Order: sequence, then structure tokens, then C-alpha cells
Amino acid sequence: MPEPTFEPRTTAASNTTPNTQAQTAVPTIVVVGHGMVGQRFLESLAERGLTPAAGGARVVVLCEEPRPAYDRVRLTSYFAGQSPEDLSLVEPDFMARHGIELYVGDPATAVDRAGRTVTARSGAVFPYDTLVLATGSYPFVPPVPGKDARGCFVYRTIEDLLAIEEYAKGAATGAVVGGGLLGLEAAGALKGLGLATHVVEFAPRLMPVQVDEGGGAALLRTIQDMGLTVHTGVGTQEVTAGEDGAVTGMSLSDGSSLAVDLVVFSAGVRPRDQLARECGLAVGERGGIVVDEECRTSDPAVFAIGECALTADGRVYGLVAPGYDMARTAAEVVAGGRAAFTGADLSTKLKLLGVDVASFGDAHGAAEGSLDVVYSDARAGVYKKLVMGPDGTLLGGVLVGDAEQYGTLRPLTGSVLPVAPEQLVLPAGSGGGPVALGPGALPDEAVICSCHNVTKGAICEHTTLPEVKKCTKAGTGCGSCLKVIGQLMPPPEDSGLCGCFPYSRSELYEIVRTLEVTSFAGLLDSHGREEARGGDGCEVCKPTVGSVIASLAPTVGASGYVLDGEQAALQDTNDHFLANLQRNGSYSIVPRIPGGEITPEKLIVIGEVARDFGLYTKITGGQRIDLFGARVDQLPLIWARLVDAGFESGHAYGKSLRTVKSCVGQTWCRYGVQDSVRMAIDLELRYRGLRSPHKLKSAVSGCARECAEARGKDFGIIATAQGWNLYVGGNGGATPRHADLLAQDLSDAELVRLIDRFLMFYIRTADRLERTSAWLERIDGGLDHVRDVVVHDSLGLCEELERLMADHVAGYRDEWAETINDPERLRRFVTFVNAPDAPDPSVRFIPERDQIKPDLELLSGPVLAVRTLEGTAS
Amino acid sequence: MATATITTARGTGSVRLAHGTDWLTVCERGLLTPGRGVAVLLPDGDQAAVFMDRAGQVYAIGNRDPFTGAYVLSRGLLGSAGGRPFVASPLLKQRFDLATGVCLDDEEVSVPVFTVRAD
Ligand code: SRM
Ligand SMILES: Cc1cc2nc3c(=O)[nH]c(=O)nc-3n(C[C@H](O)[C@H](O)[C@H](O)COP(=O)(O)OP(=O)(O)OC[C@H]3O[C@@H](n4cnc5c(N)ncnc54)[C@H](O)[C@@H]3O)c2cc1C
Ligand code: SF4
Ligand code: FES
Repeated sequence: MPEPTFEPRTTAASNTTPNTQAQTAVPTIVVVGHGMVGQRFLESLAERGLTPAAGGARVVVLCEEPRPAYDRVRLTSYFAGQSPEDLSLVEPDFMARHGIELYVGDPATAVDRAGRTVTARSGAVFPYDTLVLATGSYPFVPPVPGKDARGCFVYRTIEDLLAIEEYAKGAATGAVVGGGLLGLEAAGALKGLGLATHVVEFAPRLMPVQVDEGGGAALLRTIQDMGLTVHTGVGTQEVTAGEDGAVTGMSLSDGSSLAVDLVVFSAGVRPRDQLARECGLAVGERGGIVVDEECRTSDPAVFAIGECALTADGRVYGLVAPGYDMARTAAEVVAGGRAAFTGADLSTKLKLLGVDVASFGDAHGAAEGSLDVVYSDARAGVYKKLVMGPDGTLLGGVLVGDAEQYGTLRPLTGSVLPVAPEQLVLPAGSGGGPVALGPGALPDEAVICSCHNVTKGAICEHTTLPEVKKCTKAGTGCGSCLKVIGQLMPPPEDSGLCGCFPYSRSELYEIVRTLEVTSFAGLLDSHGREEARGGDGCEVCKPTVGSVIASLAPTVGASGYVLDGEQAALQDTNDHFLANLQRNGSYSIVPRIPGGEITPEKLIVIGEVARDFGLYTKITGGQRIDLFGARVDQLPLIWARLVDAGFESGHAYGKSLRTVKSCVGQTWCRYGVQDSVRMAIDLELRYRGLRSPHKLKSAVSGCARECAEARGKDFGIIATAQGWNLYVGGNGGATPRHADLLAQDLSDAELVRLIDRFLMFYIRTADRLERTSAWLERIDGGLDHVRDVVVHDSLGLCEELERLMADHVAGYRDEWAETINDPERLRRFVTFVNAPDAPDPSVRFIPERDQIKPDLELLSGPVLAVRTLEGTAS
Repeated sequence: MATATITTARGTGSVRLAHGTDWLTVCERGLLTPGRGVAVLLPDGDQAAVFMDRAGQVYAIGNRDPFTGAYVLSRGLLGSAGGRPFVASPLLKQRFDLATGVCLDDEEVSVPVFTVRAD
């Protein structure tokens, strides 16, 4: 990511110096503003072969912000853990690949239309043949006294969010001026930052533009239930500040006042048309650069697109989809083709603070003779209205609290519904409704993705979602169409686990759970593929089913000991010998060291055991100690000593909880705000032995400095002054991913309860060998869905998930203690069935750095070369 | 509730392996677990892996995994594909047909097969 710079800087190789280059041989296109629409315009140019790399024009982009275009629509997801890089809309090599010159942090300051040049703040002058203004909007701040006090912010750029985040650290209460779409989003963000939050809206209801009165009431109810304080029908009169110039409160038009430390203005946006005004282009009375249907301004060499444009239909669009349409139109016109932007529909679907809100078409019933079909349940926070024309066509609608049908209703706007409208708004379970109006009912020309204007017909030319996204871009904007796209895709051929079972891991989990299956063979014979029944299964399904049965053991009545009876035959070799197989056939041993905390006595025992058995020792990346080089027959002898000293299995061999790393935390560290070591130990002891689809890792940090690297873990915990923040879905490994914030400021009990639910939900629904990171990315609805399920109990599952975990915790027994105390179980720990006392002659070691390493020479027989440690064949 | 239907014909006799011109007694049949293997030390220092499948059929192949050189095939998981039993190496998971010794993932590679008898 380029640093903020005020030097003109090109990210693409360019050997021309802009200031000195008087006249260009190829036409030059200068784009002012690298926001969402500016970037889309560049992509459209590239698609049409109009970039330098394709031999087209020279393309210069002036970008005011300190970073290239990013997804402003998803701005708020920064607070949910998305980094500015995650939000970027520009592939890292995009500019270089197309030869586009991008000047980051260098805005345009003047346009000379007669001389056809643009001057940038750095002083660089760029001649143009075509100028494209894509300068977006600025947030409108009402001219109230005190609006510039320290602690007043707007909500538009990543920089705004960074500043709000920083200031909020020293604030307790915040207010948002404006209860529209963005205001509510900002309010949700403030609440997420731990502030008591007020919303002040001048209009009599929230989101006055998008929803009607009934919708506003349902929305209000739900938003109040979330703990936000809403003041409607009042204006902000003044922001008061203390002697130090920092905000202390605000007074409202009804005479009341609020004590607040931070204010965010979100009272609408205004087109950034100043540059255009100054160079004499026509602008609208209320702002916006006047353009015609081709997006040309009053000067034919200058185009304006996006939020800064006042379009041919007399509107300024504050949504990204119309902006994208304009970008396409302008690019097509610049390329010499024909295109027109005549207006766009203002449909929106949002998830505001977790509430679905959608409006589409003629949401306010403005058309002559239209009638409303309304269903409202203020208690449940659900409001649905369809606006019907006199002839039965659907004109528009508003959905609050349940916007399930948005994806199918919006494309049907303008046509006669195939069923009675009331059937579509009634809740499930009430006689007669709702009718599931599948996307199958839609005509081919119905626009499914309004962000990218993609029709059902175009989507149905593809068979997988990734393909649709790649080829049509559908679903890559606001994402509200993804669900319908998913329904349009043919079901995958066979989602079966392997050649033996036609079911996925999560389906097998449900079968095992509901039918209380305790036998692999029984499951194979009853639910296996026809041709696999009666067989032995395979190396894929056996450990998978073994793991599922082990996860559910206390609940379905199977033995909790993974090596009992038939279960023994299911386990991978690591589980079978309760140790990790190494490259030469020896095993490693990892005793559990909860939270990484260990006494000197225990350290000494580990040292003694390693010395006595001649094992190689190493500190692992998981804050514990690994002992390498044990033969199968030595495992019980080693463990007898370890168990005696109070150690237990570390499950390094299992798809189960590995470690919960910790930092020293409050006890020792000068910054710590909670006892991270105690929490790590508690969690490690609670979840030890839990069998899962893949390994599980965790860490607890004592403060935001994050020394335990909790955000790289499947579930990571970071202490706050108020409690604990829980992050989920982190991963190191081959595809690293930072964990996402699931919930914050939790008490000990709340934290444990949420983790219980999260883990059990994961175990229940993940695929085989799918870490939480991949799972979270894959499942429908992603993090939001998981949060709904485990925090808001949207599926009514939480009680059961907690019970399953309670069963696990109560049923936990140390596998190694159980093994060494049972002669029958010990029987397997011999190298040779016919010579129980003979050590394995192929397991030999040679010295290295005062310890041992496997003698690989011994293994490389004449048949095949083995890769040696140096990587050369021997 | 599903019930286990393991149809192992567990005899009481012993498992024997043809080695040179002799039959080497490996172990009691009851010591084998269906779906798993055991390692056998041969008189010449070589090693064999002996398996019993779910139906009680016994197989023996070399214990050495040709892909890594480690003597570990006896610790792999047994499976069946198209009615033919195989073992998957516990190291890098290549599968070997228990009846022919041929690697199912790379037909160029195979392991020795021993004749076994289980009464
Ligand atoms: C011993 C250790 C390396 C060390 O010397 O430090 C280690 C050793 C192995 N890792 Fe690891 N990993 C070790 C810490 C890690 C870490 C660091 C951590 O946990 O903080 C990571 C990255 C964090 C993560 O998992 O997200 C890590 C990411 C992996 C991965 C990649 C996982 C992924 O999601 O991409 C694998 C492969 C896999 O599991 O499929 C892997 C697999 C393995 C295996 C099990 C490979 C195998 O199947 O034989 C290695 C086993 C050696 C053995 O037999 O003991 N190991 N491995 C560490 C044991 C930690 C412990 O105390 O339990
Ligand atoms: C929090 C938030 C949530 C939103 N949610 C939604 C949503 O759910 N759905 C939806 O459709 N829309 C949403 N929007 C609106 C959407 O982000 C905008 O419609 C879209 O970004 C408009 O794109 P644009 O390129 O016209 O403007 P912008 O993305 O604002 O880009 C304009 C760029 O031009 C730069 N610029 C201005 N003047 C100059 C100059 N003189 N020289 C160089 N550069 C200059 C600016 O710094 C800016 O980077 C949301 C906006 C915000 C802030
Ligand atoms: S995370 Fe915070 S409390 Fe823990 S060691 Fe680091 S600085 Fe100290
Ligand atoms: S409708 Fe926004 S991405 Fe498709």
C-alpha cells in the first residue's frame, strides 16, 4: 500500500515526465478522483482496450486520498476487522499491468479548459484530451456552532474511521447527527467501539429516504432494543466544547441536551463540484456537475461520473450502482461507442446493525392509483410493504426486519406477480403464506445484480458462483444478490465425502447425532454408497467418522476413549498411537502445557525423560515442548513417567484442540488489563480433547498489543478494560487470515459461553479438514450468519450447542492415563507382533548439535531415492 | 440407533506367512484388529505388514513404504475401493493394493506381497 505522499508518484513504469511533456502523441485521458467509480471507469477502459498497455490512450489518475480506491460501501467492516488492504478495490498489479499512471495523495487543484490541462497540488501539470471527473461527494456538516470542536467527525473515508477509532479510546458517549442509512451505520460503529450511542434525526423517523412510516417504526423498535438511544424529530442546535476545545455535549432543538464526548455528522452528502465550478462548467442549482445522457458535461471534452454528477434525469445519485453505470457509459462513449445513462433505480438492501432493511422501486407509493399491501409486526420488528399498481403490477416495496424476498421481488418490479401479493408478505406459518417465490419464477431479462446490471440470463450461462463473479462481476458489489445467484446455480454434482459416502461431513454429523450411531460399519452399511456397503471404507471416511463419533461420544453413547472397540480401526496412525508419526517411523511426544505455563519441577521431569530415552527436544511454535524420536514400544514407558509427574496428552496428534497460547498479561506486564494466563489455562483445560473437523488453536492476549498473536487463531481472545474481545476464524499456515471480531467486552462467563457455541457450531457444520477460517469464508452468510447463530441464537440451537459442550467437558478423560493403566490397550504398542521385545532396526539416529536426528541413510533402500534433508537425491 | 455388524470370522487359529520354503507363524488370529495391520519381523531382518479386513480376510505385504523408505505400512489405514482392499501409507497417504502390492496412485511402484494363511 503506497504511503501518503505529496510528491507526484507513478506506480506504473513511465518514462515521460508529465510537466515537461508538452503535447502527447497518443490521446491522454486524465481521471480526477480515484474512488469507487473512478476505479470502475479504469476497469471499463481496460476492458475496451483503451489503456496504454493495450496501445490505447495515455491514462493519468489523480487520487486525493492516501490510498488507491477501496470499497467505501463496506467501509464499516473496518471495525469488524477488515484491514484497509482488505477493502482495496485494486488488484496489486492492476496499474502496472495496464500502464496506468496513478498519483496517490496528489489531488487536482485546477482545470484549464482552454489549454486542456489539469494542475495537481504537487504542481505537476497534465495535458488532457479527455478529462473525467469522478470526485464523489463530501459529507454535509450543518452549520451549527461548535461543529469544528475536537471530537467532531464525518464518516466517509478510511482516514475518518482511523481518527474516530483513535478518539473513541478516550470517549464514553457518542452521538450521530443524522438517522439515515450512513448515520445508522456510523452509530453501529460507535456502539461497536464501546460508546453509549445516541442518534439524532431531524425527520420524524429513521431512514426517511428509504423507508416509510411503518418501516421506520419497526426499525426504531429493533434499534432501540440494541441499546441505542434514538431521538427523532429533533435538530442539533449546538455542539458544546470544554475549555480544552474538546466536545462535551450537544443541545437539541427541543430544549434538551446530551452529554457526549464524540460527535459524528452524517447529515447527507453533497457532490464535490468545486473544481468544475471554478473552471466554469455548468453545475446544478443545488450542486452536482450537469451531464447529459452520455455523461458529458457542458464541455464535450469533460465527463463527470459518480456521486459528483447531476445526471440527465435531474438527480444526483448517492449509490454506487448508478455510479458504476455511469462509469461504463462514459468509457463506452470515450471508446467511440454509443451508450446512455438515463437514470437508475434506487433499490437498496442493507444489513443495518444486523437488521435487514430493503427498499426498491416506488417504495413510497408515489404512483397514481397505487395501493399498499402491508404486513407489520412491530413486536418482532418486521414490516413489509408491497406497492401495487392498479393493474396488479408490482411497483416497489419496503422490507424491514426480514428482507428474505428482496432478491426475487426487486427483479419482478414492473411485472405482474405470479401469486397474490399478500401471500408474499405474510410470515411463515400463518395460513396461506408465504409462498416461496423462487428465482425460477424470474424472466431471463430480470436484473439480478443491480450493482453490475447483470441479468438472470447472463448469470445462468455459468454453473458456479466463482465463475459468475469472475465473468460477470455479479455479486461483487454490495453482495445482496448472492443468495439468489446461489439459488440459480445447479446443485454440485456430488458433495459426498469420498467414494464410500454420498454425504458431506456435516451431513454425516447430523446422521450420527440424530440416529445415535456409534459404529462406522453400521453407518457404512446403512448410509454408504451402494457399492461401498459391506466394505472397509477408506482412509478419508474412517478418520472423519471416527472424529464425528468422538466429538459426539458422550451424547450418542459411544466410548469417550477413541481407541475402544471398532473406533480403534478408524483412527489415523497418529491417533492410533496417540503420538505423531515422524519421517523415519518414530514418534514425537507433546505433553500438554496449558497456556504455556510450566513449573520448574515439570521442566525438570521433561528434561529427565528426554535424557533417559535419548529424545530430541525442541520448543514448539505452540508454547510447549516436543520430544522426538520415540519408538512405538517406548511410548507407554515414556508416558508412564510423564503421567506420574502430572502431565497429560497434548493431543498434538489429533484433529482437536492444540494449544491456547498466552502472554504474561496483567500479572507481570505493565500494559496488561486482564489475567490472560489464567484465561488461557481455563480455556485449554475446557476444550482439551475436543475432536473437531481440523485442529483448533487459540491464544489469549492481555491487551491490544497482542503478544500472544490471538488474531492468528481459530478463536483468539484479546483483553479489554471491560472484559474480553473474541475473534474467530484466524489462521496461520499456508493461507493466513486474521480472525474477525465476533463479540466484544465479554465477561468470563459470556466469553466461555460464546466459545462453546462457536466451536460446537463449527464442529457440526464444517467440512473435513476445514479450518475455521475456510469454514467462515465458505458458509452462507459468513461471519454475520455465524454471529446470528451463536450470539443471537437465530436458529434456536444455542441451548443444544452448550449442552453438547457441557457433555464433552464432563466426559473428558486423559487418553494417555487411560492407556497406560490398561494392559489390553497397551497391547498395540509393540513394533513387531511376532517379536514384542525387538526394537525396530529401521529406527536409528545419528548425532547432531548435541542431540539426535533420524538416520535417513538407513531408509533409502535400492528401490527408490529418498529426499535427504539437503534436498538432493541419494 | 444403528448397531455394529462386524462380520469377522474370528478363528482361534494362527496366522502364518510363507517365507522362503517355510511357513513363519506370525501371531494368533485373535490378535488382529479388523481394519488395521501389524508389523512382522522376518528372519532375514526384513519386515512385513499383515492386515485383516472387515470380512476376516488376511493379507500381507512388505512393511516398507517405498515413497519414504520408512517401515510403516503396517500402521496405515485399511480401506476398500471397488471391492479391492488397500492400505494407505500413514506418511504421505499413497495407497497400495493388498492383493497385488501395486500402488494405486502410481502404478510404477509396488511393494512385495507375501502369501499368508490364517486358519
Ligand atoms: C511441532 C510444530 C513445529 C515446531 O517445531 O514448532 C509443528 C509441527 C507440525 N505441524 Fe504445524 N507445528 C507447530 C506449530 C504450528 C503453527 C504455530 C502455532 O500453532 O502457533 C502453525 C500456524 C498456525 C495455524 O495452524 O494456523 C502451524 C501450521 C501447520 C499447518 C498449516 C495449517 C493450515 O491451516 O494451513 C500444518 C498442516 C496441516 O495441519 O494440515 C501443520 C502440520 C504440522 C505437522 C503435524 C505435520 C505432520 O502432519 O506431520 C507437524 C508435526 C510434527 C510432529 O510430528 O510433531 N502445521 N503449525 C509446532 C507444534 C505446536 C504445538 O505445540 O502443538
Ligand atoms: C459508510 C458508507 C456506506 C455506504 N453504503 C452504501 C451502500 O450500502 N450502497 C451503495 O450503493 N452506496 C453506499 N455508499 C455510497 C458509495 O460509497 C458511493 O456511492 C460511492 O463511493 C461513490 O463513488 P464515487 O467514485 O463517485 O465517489 P468516491 O468513492 O467518494 O470517490 C471520489 C474520490 O475522489 C477524490 N477526489 C475528490 N476531489 C478530488 C480532486 N480534486 N482530485 C483528486 N481526487 C479527488 C476523493 O478523495 C475520493 O477518493 C456508502 C458510503 C459510505 C461512506
Ligand atoms: S499482549 Fe499486552 S499484556 Fe500481553 S504481554 Fe503483550 S503488552 Fe503485555
Ligand atoms: S446487487 Fe450488489 S453485488 Fe449484486
